[in-house]
Amino acid sequence: MKMTKLSTTALCALVAGSISSAAHADDLTLCWAAWDPANALIELSKDFEAQSGNKMSFEFVPWPNFADRMLNELNSGGKLCDLLIGDSQWIGGAAENGQYLKLNDFFAANNITMDDFIPATVTGYAEWPKGTPNYYALPAFGDVVGWTYRKDWFERPELQAEFAAKYGRPLGVPASLEELRDIAQFFQGRDIDGTTVYGAAIYTERGSEGITMGVTNAMYNYGFLYENPEKPYDLAGFVNSPGAVAGLEFYKSLYDTATPPGSSNWYMGENIDAYKSGQVAMQMNFAFIWPGVEADPNVGGGKSGYFPNPAGPAGQFAQLGGQGISVVANSDSQEAALDYIKWFAQPDVQAKWWSLGGYSALKAVVEDPGFATSQPYAQTFLDSMAIVKDFWAEPSYAQLLLAMQSRVHNYVIAGQGTAQEALDGLVTDWTEVFEEEGKL
Amino acid sequence: MTQSPIDRVAGATPAPLARRIKGLSDRTIAWIFVAPTIFLLLAVNIFPLIWTIWLSFTNFRVNRPNNAVEWVGLENYRRILGDADIWNTMQATAHFLIWTIVLQVLIGFALAFLINKKFRGNDLWTTIIVFPMMLSPAVVGNFWTFLYQPQIGLFNYAVSFFSGIDPASFSMIGDVNLAPWAIVIADTWMWTPFVMLICLAGLRSIPDSIYEAAECDRASPWRQFWTITIPMVLPFLMLAVLFRGIENFKMFDLVVQLTGGGPGSITELTSINLKREAFEKWRTGYSSAYAVILFVTVFGLASIYVKALNKVKDR
Repeated sequence: MKMTKLSTTALCALVAGSISSAAHADDLTLCWAAWDPANALIELSKDFEAQSGNKMSFEFVPWPNFADRMLNELNSGGKLCDLLIGDSQWIGGAAENGQYLKLNDFFAANNITMDDFIPATVTGYAEWPKGTPNYYALPAFGDVVGWTYRKDWFERPELQAEFAAKYGRPLGVPASLEELRDIAQFFQGRDIDGTTVYGAAIYTERGSEGITMGVTNAMYNYGFLYENPEKPYDLAGFVNSPGAVAGLEFYKSLYDTATPPGSSNWYMGENIDAYKSGQVAMQMNFAFIWPGVEADPNVGGGKSGYFPNPAGPAGQFAQLGGQGISVVANSDSQEAALDYIKWFAQPDVQAKWWSLGGYSALKAVVEDPGFATSQPYAQTFLDSMAIVKDFWAEPSYAQLLLAMQSRVHNYVIAGQGTAQEALDGLVTDWTEVFEEEGKL
Repeated sequence: MTQSPIDRVAGATPAPLARRIKGLSDRTIAWIFVAPTIFLLLAVNIFPLIWTIWLSFTNFRVNRPNNAVEWVGLENYRRILGDADIWNTMQATAHFLIWTIVLQVLIGFALAFLINKKFRGNDLWTTIIVFPMMLSPAVVGNFWTFLYQPQIGLFNYAVSFFSGIDPASFSMIGDVNLAPWAIVIADTWMWTPFVMLICLAGLRSIPDSIYEAAECDRASPWRQFWTITIPMVLPFLMLAVLFRGIENFKMFDLVVQLTGGGPGSITELTSINLKREAFEKWRTGYSSAYAVILFVTVFGLASIYVKALNKVKDR
């Protein structure tokens, strides 16, 4: 009797084992933000499912809750995500806490080299510590803050004439932030086709990262630096330099004089809505929105134009967005997840990714002779990616970010204190964080 | 012959187990019944509370599993109590708490007083008035962001209609002076019906005979109101204040949807601030100390208030 039971158990185990090895398919869950590119990725991933036999599931979280939800998942050791397209600022924490798999050996074994990707995206999305060849992600989606404008309004002869008379130059793509503000002020409160319109929709959101992603586009160009280039974590005189103060003051003046009333808590979604509904002449937003703008019946099809963040007195820079794709260290399907990355890194897959609306960071795609003319916004994307800077990617990035959100929002939106006080306060906050971290 | 509860339980259980149950004392059986609840209470309430208190004396961060946890004594408490930003959030919470309670009690009582009068359509009006509190706070927050929109918001248009001010000239949620009132108005709209229902229960519990006796004594309606209605409804009003006070002290969802704590930090209530410290900055030890301070504050105030409430009831 005992013998029979044992034989049955062994047989069951054998059958179960053979079934699992025969199928050799995993259920992979990919986590990302809920936005247009995510839909394109679902479409793209169908090819991977067909080729590998693995089944893909997707967990997309709206942007305002994305960081909360995903960092909770990583910190609690959850197994929801096998692959995570996480924000660039998470890389330090995820790498130091062992939440992402280190990919160097995998890349070497599969002939994937970071030299094939746009350098800014490698630094921004994949490396930790920055500037060292330690990779925890494959650049997945290149993104950068740029500007969209109503080309059809800009080209109206009566507006052209009025603008030229007032400012002594043609109404066109601004060459500097000052010119951008002039244009925004020109449109502010103007009646166009019976509707009151406003100058520009800019980032002012307070809860997550919005206003920081916006204000840095002005501050970088006026001379803001995160730290002393010669001495890491030395902040005073760089974060609160006269240039940084001027940049912050510029952003406030733009908000006060050239944005729609009530736009005190706007981020990507609100800016898109304001632009598409014809409320504003220009909008600041990440490049991911451009395919959607082009396809929009109200503002697409040639009615809109695109330009990189204009230069300021200290140079021309733009805030980096975008993300890399990582394998979550807790995943039970690491092998299949790595297979996905291997598949995703292929040039033909990356080319299809771009054609579906995903911003590939692969040089072979963006340096293709036909790339710049492939879409009306392609050249602007390339120009913008060449001038990117990113926020801190330290393990304590969330504290650094929230401090900046609070200081900047208090000054720009609530009008409390001066720009100098706001940035001096930011130096104090950031210094405290780095002291807690033992880096100062 | 009536069976004792022990005999009934024993009769319904298998024989060997029944024999054993029959041998148990009443006290043991009582413990058996109460034990699951006590276990749950310990696991879900008491243990987390003790754990939080312990964490509040450490530098623990849940997002740094590899870091050593160090005992920091009262350092977290010292830093919280000396942090100007935290005192600002306390001030914002106090403003929100006081004004919502004052407005909800005044309007809620007035509505209850009117609804308590018998008139046609009384039930229909009660249902309509109660409607806002049936909604989710997040929905209400979203809904009011549209009402407050300077270009398309009905609230701004209503203000413009009555005052002649341009609706696009002011932003309820973007102006540092108006935003604290914007959250007070939205919360009052949502929760006044709750206070009204409690007041209505109080008003309906007053026997008509008392008013009849007062009329026989030729007491004016004003005197009846102050000497009968108010004293007899007072315990109910105080209960409503207690409920709304506790609820609004931990207000989160409605305000996050409406203002996100801004502009600046002007509407950042303590619960929002605590959530940022605990689950965005991941300062677990620090936020545990913060939570303990808030717990002691609410618990202390609520205990004093409940004692006062009992005194009023006893009168």
